[in-house]
Amino acid sequence: MHETTAPPGAARPVFYEREDHAHGDGGTLLGFWLYLMSDCLVFAALFATYGVLGANYAAGPSGAHLFDLRLVALNTSLLLLSSITYGFAMLEMDRERIGATLRWLAVTGLFGAGFLGIELYEFAHLVHEGATPQRSAFLSAFFALVGTHGLHVTFGVIWLVTLMTQVRRFGLIAENRRRLLCLSMFWHFLDVVWIGVFTFVYLMGVSR
Amino acid sequence: MSALPGGGIAYRPQGDGGAHEGPHPHGAHGTFEGYVTGFVLSVILTAIPFWLVMGDVLGDKLTTDIAVMAFAAVQIVVHMVYFLHMNTRSEGGWTFLSLMFTLTLVVIALVGSIWVMYHLDQNMMPMSPHEALHKP
Repeated sequence: MHETTAPPGAARPVFYEREDHAHGDGGTLLGFWLYLMSDCLVFAALFATYGVLGANYAAGPSGAHLFDLRLVALNTSLLLLSSITYGFAMLEMDRERIGATLRWLAVTGLFGAGFLGIELYEFAHLVHEGATPQRSAFLSAFFALVGTHGLHVTFGVIWLVTLMTQVRRFGLIAENRRRLLCLSMFWHFLDVVWIGVFTFVYLMGVSR
Repeated sequence: MSALPGGGIAYRPQGDGGAHEGPHPHGAHGTFEGYVTGFVLSVILTAIPFWLVMGDVLGDKLTTDIAVMAFAAVQIVVHMVYFLHMNTRSEGGWTFLSLMFTLTLVVIALVGSIWVMYHLDQNMMPMSPHEALHKP
């Protein structure tokens, strides 16, 4: 990463040695972090859209009519629990315990699937009540924002199952550790985005 | 600040804290205590805003919204520190720098959009909601 910054006449490339060897991932984790930052901008655009359009109900239902905060609270706790169980999986990975790592990953996946199940139930309920994305600008922005987050969680679960298969077949080899660390960042990042969703969309949509 | 001799792509196991800057040298691991602390803080910081809104505790939308946003901001920091192990040193400071850059863009996008669009309807023809629905 830093070899180009060392002057040609330098005695020895100190930074090059430190960076690449101390981290040992060839920059993948930093690169994945930069991807997450760009994903952050995608969500910023969707949040801004929701912020602008969120009150344009077109004489249709508002958030206060539609949202069931008990479901949202349940969803929030599922995602939060999945965050800490993924953390436990990482700790077991550090201890080189394949079985325990896989068990915590499985628990994480189940929480993630539960989150998706409840979200799909909520969406189906909304559509059943006629609150479809076509109904108003508010609902378009709502489905775009919450749906994009849900899609991310869906791909996170698919990625999780893929990595569980990888770990089961090849063990906790360096490549699988790197992949698990990337997914760890992805998963925790989605939980951070969900904080914004439940605050701006659900809580502030319902508060009087 | 140690370089691993011949480090390759092997990760060091958990007990490597002493040789590097603090307990999370890679910015990607953590400790049991760290995860539990983050989890407990997050539960508290989630439960209070839900309670404020569901119980209508403050009785005023503006106050409630500001309080809820403040709890969200704190919880995001908690997640960043305890779950994503964000600090100013990991990856030579590049993760932190990119985060600050991204946050700047996020604030510009959010505040700018809402600010620009907020008064836009004042330039349009006055119309009742009924007219707005039924005019072509």
